[in-house]
Amino acid sequence: MASVDPKYAEGIDEAIALDHVTAEEYEVILKELGRAPNIVELGIFSVMWSEHCSYKSSRLHLGKFPTTGERVVYGPGENAGVVDIGDNQVAIFKMESHNHPSYIEPYQGAATGVGGILRDVFTMGARPIALMNALRFGDPSHPKTRQLVSGVVAGIGGYGNCVGVPTVGGETNFDKGYNGNILVNAMAVGLADRDKVFTAAAREIGYPVLYVGSKTGRDGIHGATMASAEFGEGSEENRPTVQVGDPFTEKKLIEACLELMSEDAISSIQDMGAAGLTSSSVEMASSGGVGIELNLDHVPQRETAMTAYEMMLSESQERMLMILKPGSEHIAERIFKKWDLDVATIGVTTDTKRLVLKHKGEVVCDLPLDPIGDKAPKYDRPHLPSEVRANIDPNRLKAPAHLGEALYTLMTSPDMASKRWIWEQYDRHVMADTVASSQNPADAAIVRIHKSDKALAITTDCTPRYCYADPYEGGKQAVAEAWRNLTAVGAEPIAITDCLNFGNPERPEIMGQFVGCIEGMAEACRTLNFPVVSGNVSLYNETDGQAIPPTPAVGAVGLIEQLDQRATYGGLEAGDVLLIIGETHGHLGASLYMRHVEGDEDGSAPPVDLAVEKRNGDFVRAEIKAGRAKIVHDLSDGGLACGVADMALANMIGIKLAYNGDLPVFAWLFGEDQARYLIAAKPAIAEDIRRNAKAAGVPVDVLGLAGGDAITINGGHGLDLIRLKTGHDGWLPALMAGEAAAAE
Amino acid sequence: MKARIHVFLKDGVLDPQGEAISGSLKHLGFEGVGSVRQGKLIEVELHTADAEAAHDQVKAMCDKLLANPVIENYSIELSA
Amino acid sequence: MKTAVIVFPGSNCDRDAAMALEAVTGKAPLMVWHGDSQLPDGLDFIMVPGGFSYGDYLRSGAVASRSPVMQDLVKKAEAGVPVLGVCNGFQILTEAGLLPGALMRNAGLRFVCEPAPLTIENHNSAFTHAYGDRKDVVFPIAHHDGNFFADQATLDRIEGEGQVILRYRKNPNGSMRDIAGVSNEKGNVLGMMPHPERAIDAHHGGTDGLALFESILGGLK
Repeated sequence: MASVDPKYAEGIDEAIALDHVTAEEYEVILKELGRAPNIVELGIFSVMWSEHCSYKSSRLHLGKFPTTGERVVYGPGENAGVVDIGDNQVAIFKMESHNHPSYIEPYQGAATGVGGILRDVFTMGARPIALMNALRFGDPSHPKTRQLVSGVVAGIGGYGNCVGVPTVGGETNFDKGYNGNILVNAMAVGLADRDKVFTAAAREIGYPVLYVGSKTGRDGIHGATMASAEFGEGSEENRPTVQVGDPFTEKKLIEACLELMSEDAISSIQDMGAAGLTSSSVEMASSGGVGIELNLDHVPQRETAMTAYEMMLSESQERMLMILKPGSEHIAERIFKKWDLDVATIGVTTDTKRLVLKHKGEVVCDLPLDPIGDKAPKYDRPHLPSEVRANIDPNRLKAPAHLGEALYTLMTSPDMASKRWIWEQYDRHVMADTVASSQNPADAAIVRIHKSDKALAITTDCTPRYCYADPYEGGKQAVAEAWRNLTAVGAEPIAITDCLNFGNPERPEIMGQFVGCIEGMAEACRTLNFPVVSGNVSLYNETDGQAIPPTPAVGAVGLIEQLDQRATYGGLEAGDVLLIIGETHGHLGASLYMRHVEGDEDGSAPPVDLAVEKRNGDFVRAEIKAGRAKIVHDLSDGGLACGVADMALANMIGIKLAYNGDLPVFAWLFGEDQARYLIAAKPAIAEDIRRNAKAAGVPVDVLGLAGGDAITINGGHGLDLIRLKTGHDGWLPALMAGEAAAAE
Repeated sequence: MKARIHVFLKDGVLDPQGEAISGSLKHLGFEGVGSVRQGKLIEVELHTADAEAAHDQVKAMCDKLLANPVIENYSIELSA
Repeated sequence: MKTAVIVFPGSNCDRDAAMALEAVTGKAPLMVWHGDSQLPDGLDFIMVPGGFSYGDYLRSGAVASRSPVMQDLVKKAEAGVPVLGVCNGFQILTEAGLLPGALMRNAGLRFVCEPAPLTIENHNSAFTHAYGDRKDVVFPIAHHDGNFFADQATLDRIEGEGQVILRYRKNPNGSMRDIAGVSNEKGNVLGMMPHPERAIDAHHGGTDGLALFESILGGLK
């Protein structure tokens, strides 16, 4: 073993404080090494053992997810999940959070979030074909909200538009629970040939280690540990650790990597994400069971006099590490030079199972790799279940005087108002394969598989207010809604990725939310045959003791085998009959109606009966495939009434609703019961669908008729569509114009 | 020596970015703010000590690439 | 029938352009790398695609317009070869001096992606004659710097010469006189911010772009 210069062992106490290693963790390091680590080594332990990289609070529970299935090629553990979509092709996808950096520097934080998730996907050999994002901001009236919205949206657009990957969909919520911690979750989906998928594990010894992409600077040092810390006063001073994204370089990197991947040159490849060179080299070597030796003198550097510590912990963007097949260096050099990107051989794989770093002729790190992974802390943190809430009895509420006005209130609320101001800033069509995006009335984005009649359907979903009311049911609902959205466009749901955003796991009630959500999600994934193939955990989303609502965002991918067998909720014509599939019980607990009309966030989350969900969804999908159901919309936020309003607005055709059942009409309209769909069709076809549903034992009812220029309920309570459209479209532009207007 | 090149929009060319800045400054309570124009500053290090030659070279750079004559003017400042 | 698409680092509509050309001509275009000093001989049509060439650093299209292949493209254009620049391609062609005016930051300061209703202003041009007397088309736009600027004298001149080929019906970016697409004096070079290549397939939501490519390529097939 090479000896470590003792001069690197100075200042360890400060380093512990600086590096967020606990005293107990430091003891483990001492025991494993049989000596004190030097500063470089300690830095490596601290990032690898950070929450962000080690999942030390969450690992125990993530194992509860089902991760295998007929179509799963690679599940969690790789850079992204890989699923088979037939014809020797795979879809590769993942969702990841960039919450903390986006709060501190919204533009760059969001931009580098997009860059990072794209690298996770093309690292595995996929050409990225779609981006999605799930955003949660604080109360619209909070003084920081507008600036955060405009920065995050510009950052996502600035990066995605420039790299030329369409941003096809996503969701945006506003809730005071995110005032101090916004959520920026970005998802990327890529396409590759099944036999051309690349992984990270370095299995061969004596192979060259290549560094490609941008030069290394001092940006983002300790980004991984920042992402694992709670915010407090003064966090806004954290700017130096925020990285700057360069989408132009990313675009070149995508093209260069894909070009090199088409040659027989790469043995394994890993992007440099959180904890940069450290995590990429450690993960490649340890997952393949080899050692790795790097000479840091050869790392392309943007700044002068960088130390080994800085180079290993830098989070400069747009960099990749690859292990080449020996003798292929010239191919890589030719391609990367062509794209004007830095390329350097910086090391070699070894048989030592150690990470050895040399800098300026000295060994500055010599660590056994096994303990970094095997001895990483893994906590079984205490967790308390959330309090059980009672359901809201609608009979105890006063019915609104005018149901149309109540609907107007919901449809113009921050939750339901059009998010056009946001998605208009995203290029949704580049690559020319977008079939449905945010601009289309469809429950999921649809992106055609290039030069084919197949398509992927993509959605992101989560209803944090349900997760807060009941983590277990909320977890189930997030997965079920994603499954339902894919189903509603006619896709076969394949698998999900997730972004688990929670508060401080050291608080038992937060850990209780985390465990509850995971167990609910896992149950839904099992019943719906909808495995988890990739994901990420973001904890400590908490400011001064205020945690965000539990937000396990789900990103889901499904397959449409024949593009003409798909559904949207456009194409409605006067005279069409509206059907509702699924049972309506008027569940108002934790509903948007309660929030916006009663001003009450209380009540239980709607229960999700997964067997019913599956039965109803399978029926709807079959009707779409058979060509009968062409106009379909799932029912979720705001219940039946908001689903109907979406459909009416998308087509600017009124809808006459009729109800004479036992529920109070407002509970029938606004209850958020699950497993429901709206289908519109010509009368004869609607009758066929109704008969088929009856025969299949699927609850079905006639809701009303399309026609006129208003939404009416039992012949009254009219809500004029033009007025509704003006209010629905106008809310966000008015909010965002606040800045400019106030400035005049 | 070092050249500092200021590139700015010609008078009469609308500058929405400048207007946004101006509006924001007023919003923040800065009194007496008139028009604001946004431009860019480009610094180029030159391996020459000859000011005249440097000026000619930088002028050529501006005409060929750094400024768009349809909408932009520029000024050059040289320092040792 | 020989067509080419120029590819710069940062181009991202090169594939879209190639698909459109292939759909109309039945033959894949040559993809020409920016660093090549010469375009192949005998080209019938050259397309400069959209994207963010060189990251659009400095000014959109500025760096690309100075690349080696552009010197040869200018020569070919002057010799009469039809050239279409879309979005970033339009910016590059104005920066290269092939087309009048300049494209500035959108007046709203934000990137705008939406279907843009357009009016065809000149039905006799090499790029629009296949539309017959049809006036209204919709092409998607997706840009940050599409605000067309030229001085009044230039505007009057290009209007008078019939060089304004397309106009926005609802101005999305502050362009002077709602100009969405202009040609050179000779009429063989067209630059436009809207994307006709993203409107050639029913799955795009419209096929209004087809006739533009048919206008220029139809006679060549």
